[in-house]
Amino acid sequence: MLFLIGTNTTEAHPVIGYKIRQAARRGAKLIVADPRRIELAEEADYWLRLRPGTDIPLLNGLMHIIIKEELYDKAFVAERTENFEALRETVEKYTPGYVSRLTGVPVEDLYAVARLYATTDKAMIFYTLGITEHVCGTNNVMSIANLAMLTGHIGRPGTGVNPLRGQNNVQGACDMGALPNVYPGYQRVTDPAVRAKFQEAWGVSLPAGVGLMIPEMFDKANAGEVKAMYILGENPVLTDPNSNHIRSGLARLEFLVVQELFLTETAEYADVVLPAASFAETDGTFTNTERRVQRVRKAIEPLPGRTNWQTIMALCAKMGYPMHYRSPEEIFAEMASLTPSYSGINYSRIEKEGIQWPCPTCDHPGTPYLHARSFTRGKGLFQAIDHIPPAEMPDREYPFLLSTGRVLSHYNVTTLYSAGIQSLWSEEHAEVNPDDAARLGVETGSKVKVASRRGKVVTRVQVTDRVPPGVIWMSFHYRETPTNVLTSHAVDPVSKTGEYKVCAVKIEKI
Amino acid sequence: MDLVKLQIDGKEVEAPAGSTVLEAAEQAGIHIPRLCHDPELSPWGGCRLCVVEIEGMRNLPASCVTTAAPGMVVRTGTPAVIEARRTILELLLANHPLDCLTCEKTGDCKLAEYCYEYGVKESSFAGERHNYGIDDSNPFIVRDLNKCILCGKCVRACAEMTGKDNLDFAYRGFHARVTTFGDTSYLESDCVFCGNCVSVCPTGALMEKQMKGKARRWELKRVKTTCPFCGTGCNFDLCVKDGKIVGVASNPDSVVNGRALCIKGRFGWDFVYSDKRLKTPLIRRNGKFVPVSWEEALDLVAARLKEIREKYGPGSFAALSSARCTNEENYLLQKFVRAVMGTNNVDHCART
Repeated sequence: MLFLIGTNTTEAHPVIGYKIRQAARRGAKLIVADPRRIELAEEADYWLRLRPGTDIPLLNGLMHIIIKEELYDKAFVAERTENFEALRETVEKYTPGYVSRLTGVPVEDLYAVARLYATTDKAMIFYTLGITEHVCGTNNVMSIANLAMLTGHIGRPGTGVNPLRGQNNVQGACDMGALPNVYPGYQRVTDPAVRAKFQEAWGVSLPAGVGLMIPEMFDKANAGEVKAMYILGENPVLTDPNSNHIRSGLARLEFLVVQELFLTETAEYADVVLPAASFAETDGTFTNTERRVQRVRKAIEPLPGRTNWQTIMALCAKMGYPMHYRSPEEIFAEMASLTPSYSGINYSRIEKEGIQWPCPTCDHPGTPYLHARSFTRGKGLFQAIDHIPPAEMPDREYPFLLSTGRVLSHYNVTTLYSAGIQSLWSEEHAEVNPDDAARLGVETGSKVKVASRRGKVVTRVQVTDRVPPGVIWMSFHYRETPTNVLTSHAVDPVSKTGEYKVCAVKIEKI
Repeated sequence: MDLVKLQIDGKEVEAPAGSTVLEAAEQAGIHIPRLCHDPELSPWGGCRLCVVEIEGMRNLPASCVTTAAPGMVVRTGTPAVIEARRTILELLLANHPLDCLTCEKTGDCKLAEYCYEYGVKESSFAGERHNYGIDDSNPFIVRDLNKCILCGKCVRACAEMTGKDNLDFAYRGFHARVTTFGDTSYLESDCVFCGNCVSVCPTGALMEKQMKGKARRWELKRVKTTCPFCGTGCNFDLCVKDGKIVGVASNPDSVVNGRALCIKGRFGWDFVYSDKRLKTPLIRRNGKFVPVSWEEALDLVAARLKEIREKYGPGSFAALSSARCTNEENYLLQKFVRAVMGTNNVDHCART
């Protein structure tokens, strides 16, 4: 059984979407929880059209039924988890009637899905940014974990909580310590033993405090405290929420370096732009959503004359810290020697097929699924979580709820530079429900102005019942319609992820 | 696993119960020609090229849809079998353009390969020939139904790999063809341009438009790599000629995706050659970007970053690394931020 919540898999992860569809057609049960009538909703045994931002009530409601009907995995809960009583108390008030009123999901579907999920031997949950891009993103994820632990659907093949990671190497960038609180392999910068290890390996003294997360960087840039930035292969002006705040932060910097393939909207703020090499121009590795470390191979010479690792090395040398790598393989070897979860992986082992970390030793086969015998902290800790509504809901002045995401043909802001793709899909088409379209007097192809408290954009409209009445949906791929001008400034307090999935807008026909 | 024992071309063969005769032969190193069979797709038994002789059976059964049974005695190369295969190839050639000199598929065409193997140069079955218009209405796939042999692999790829069910057989007899709902162009149909149909087509009926006229198939250097778009981690081959990428081809040895890809992975690679690619470093002077040498650009970056670090302290610097770059690039960037700039202010878009 496959339970999808907050993932439009056939568009955002097409090949995983194919496999989900194949499984459903072979007889696996498919449950889709999504406000939009996404493609897989059409294939689903149950499509739960919840209201945006009501994931916690939905999940608590399912757990309420599972506990009431004693369908939970008592042995798993007793042996592998703790804090069950707190969970039971919290979900007590999420009765089917209450949850149905909050989420819009019919009571009978709540019962059916709760029973189906709890009583199926192998059930997997898939989620992606529909879960995390909320002010309660972290709590949404923990609620999913609660549900999987409650039913023992974790730590075995064909089960588990499966976040589908967005970019090709977002998993790897995290693994490599491109995060302000950890070195490679999630080793904390605040741990003196870890810091000592990296100081010895790198031959320098290293900072002790946790660094800034992206939204804090731009807050501090706006406040004049961050003076200089180096941005490698990212275009926050198009992709970060509330982009006018990003623009003003970049404009205040004393010095900005952008290393990029193209002169992006972000690069336009730079003092120095360094041309970057693409994936086809370098050797290296990407780590995919299932933690599989796979080779990237150089097919052509780098168009700007040097690869990105050579550029960074040259800069370090000029700043008095020469590095001596002759190849990406040597960089990987150094990283692996300092990163326990990667230490059994090397280029020759992944020549034919990638390996899934953790892979601690050279004779370790890799780890296809986690949490088999115990969780990272030992026992799984249930979190008692209550509903947290979105930060900005529609009101009289801004009556529509805007939600955002990706479309099949584009990938963030790179595919705009693909001539073929751009020739067919070159502009935004905001999805508007037929009822709303009739009221607004617009039809497919009409141009409208969409405005939030933070900015406004112009877009064409696609009239479709993929979205429910009162909701409009837009992608963020197009520079002519920079949707993130509109999106909310609210962030999840733990992850600092923006609430891209919910904000209030008004629409005017033009 | 239960095994069945059978004899193929005089060899004693053991195969897992439920295997087809074709699979059992394959396992024993005996290749049986096939056009419509594909291990990733459901059995079809349509092209009949894989016929064999099996003792006790009437006629020549198609080995791709005949289950191997204990004690079977199979012969894959008897005169009757060869004759049948030749006739099938001749029937296919009776209505197939022989423009192999300029056909894009030459060098990778299954029909040509088997005609060569069986010495079929031309057809003795003269008759009416198709004269379909070529569908190149879209930027990705060229569809030339004159070269279609009705093996149905694209139909099954669309239904079974992609799950779109956008293709099927239409019309009858001589007029039978594979097409979209309503017999429209790919562009007007529900096609999602994953190109999985192209990856299984045995002839030149479905071809990558981007590769047209760029290279003969045997000239291509194939470099296996990992897709740079979403986090699925599909593998494919970049096809390179004279130091230039000309296309993407599925690589069946890809553990994550097999031959399946999506529009971005198969056709989105051309961003690499966008005329908007930056090739030289730029420095802003008087509000305008001016191209400069690498030396000059890096000298300026190093000098300014040192100055700012000394004037305002390491905390005044922050860096964004990239979820689109390699592990090695990310490792180096965070090392630069921590070891050289002296701050932990490094992050990337995992959270935004």
